[in-house]
Amino acid sequence: MADRKKEKVNILLQECLADDIFSMWIETGAAALARPGQFISIYTHDAGKLLPRPISICETEREKKALRVVYRVTGRNTGTEQFSKMKAGDALDIIGPLGNGFPLERGEGKRVCLMGGGIGVPPILELAKQIRCSEKQIVVGYRDGNTFLKEEFDRNGKLYISTEDGSVGTKGNVLDAVRENDLEADIIYACGPTPMLRAVKEFAEKRHIECYISLEERMACGIGACLGCVCQSTETDSHSNVKNKRICKDGPVFLSTEVEI
Amino acid sequence: MDMGKSLENAVDMHVNIAGVEWKNPVTTASGTFGSGAEFSEFVDLNRLGAVTTKGVANIPWAGNHTPRIAETYGGMMNAIGLQNPGMDLFCERDIPFLRQFDTKIIVNVCGKSEEDYCEVVERLSGEDVDMLEINISCPNVKEGGIAFGQNPKAAENITKAVKRYAKQPVIMKLSPNVTSIPEMAKAVEAGGADAVSLINTLTGMKIDIHRRRFVLANKTGGVSGPAIHPIAVRMVYEAAHAVKLPVIGMGGIASAEDAIEMILAGADAVSVGTANFHNPAVTAEIVEGIESYMKTYGFARVADMVGIV
Repeated sequence: MADRKKEKVNILLQECLADDIFSMWIETGAAALARPGQFISIYTHDAGKLLPRPISICETEREKKALRVVYRVTGRNTGTEQFSKMKAGDALDIIGPLGNGFPLERGEGKRVCLMGGGIGVPPILELAKQIRCSEKQIVVGYRDGNTFLKEEFDRNGKLYISTEDGSVGTKGNVLDAVRENDLEADIIYACGPTPMLRAVKEFAEKRHIECYISLEERMACGIGACLGCVCQSTETDSHSNVKNKRICKDGPVFLSTEVEI
Repeated sequence: MDMGKSLENAVDMHVNIAGVEWKNPVTTASGTFGSGAEFSEFVDLNRLGAVTTKGVANIPWAGNHTPRIAETYGGMMNAIGLQNPGMDLFCERDIPFLRQFDTKIIVNVCGKSEEDYCEVVERLSGEDVDMLEINISCPNVKEGGIAFGQNPKAAENITKAVKRYAKQPVIMKLSPNVTSIPEMAKAVEAGGADAVSLINTLTGMKIDIHRRRFVLANKTGGVSGPAIHPIAVRMVYEAAHAVKLPVIGMGGIASAEDAIEMILAGADAVSVGTANFHNPAVTAEIVEGIESYMKTYGFARVADMVGIV
């Protein structure tokens, strides 16, 4: 059924949270449908930039039809720079929610560890808000003291921070913070740059911990048709019939043992 | 109701491409639309003249490494490398899916050797599909594909070979990465093609100046999108003047205006590709836009506009 469409939405609030990190609340029906770990495709107003920017959902407020994305401006003259210059009341085109999201139910009654690194931190927030578990440990990693969303995380679980330069929390990455604080978990949910996810995957698999990782890749369609954003799967995928899964459609969240990164 | 007025405004959107009657002249460009399942959530496939599928080979292909996608000004580059599930799963899953809709099915066929192409065409000859499009123009796969699409003699021979097995009309998809489009179009016509489609993507390259690396894992990729539209219009015009075959024009079509331009240049039908990524409902909007143009300018049939400049 052709009942989905590109939607014009209003920006409710635009804020700069840290160097190059922006937060944008938009008004959209997608807020009621979205699950933690899903993303939206955002289109620019620049005819020279045709492809949507896939940006993970940071928070949703269903009743207010409000959805928040926290994103990094990736450089000069980029689509994300254009988004960052838009203000409350301006209109944007989006499609979403897209992708599968984190399997919340797997964490029920367990000791969970939620890990976010860099621009992989934002989607962990809605996950932290919604997950029902016995122990909620949140570990977020930043490059330096230029942190963001810290207060929100503090309200939603036990927060541990790592920074590469040691200016806040543990010096090093999220796994260094896990080790320094002797954290133990039955299940891990993680989002961040590929080297971090590779390390988290290895960490979890060595200890036989169930682990879900959210991957990213350059996308074109964002809906699973173009096969631009695949990752390698350990087994032959039933849709692709080869050892490839579509990050936009089959992911972005995968059980760590399903994929090779 | 003013009957005279409504008759005067009646337009016939049907086109006949090599004996196959499409309800309108708009199809999808291979590789941008999968087999339609994902896009069917965003656009009613019944509105399309035809759906052209992503290329299918005799066996599953894994495609290239990532990154496979890069944005370019007014377009994009891709180097997917013809990832596909192979003809068995395609026939079992994708053809029945598409048959639920009132639209023609054009299956794009890829291969690494003449035998590969013929194996797929032979298999499809027994399947419920309407046309075949032979991809001899993918710039992203080393062996096969483009190997047949840049040499007129090789293009003629592969056309002859697949025609021996084909039960459906054969569209040969031409590459723009050649010295002479008329020569290639004539070669496939001599080989017995029933139609030609063009253009496939133009080979490009993009370099990340901050990392000092190629953006695509494949180093080169196919450039598509509005940026290549004027090149495509010129090549469609040249092909239409070189051969008697029906021409399916594509390359950067993002609006009804772009599609009409292509038709005026000589295309009997058009394919929409990269624009689907910008607006997943664009194909249906283009159908509507062509219809309204025809009403405005008094064209009764699509064929009345083909190649009139």
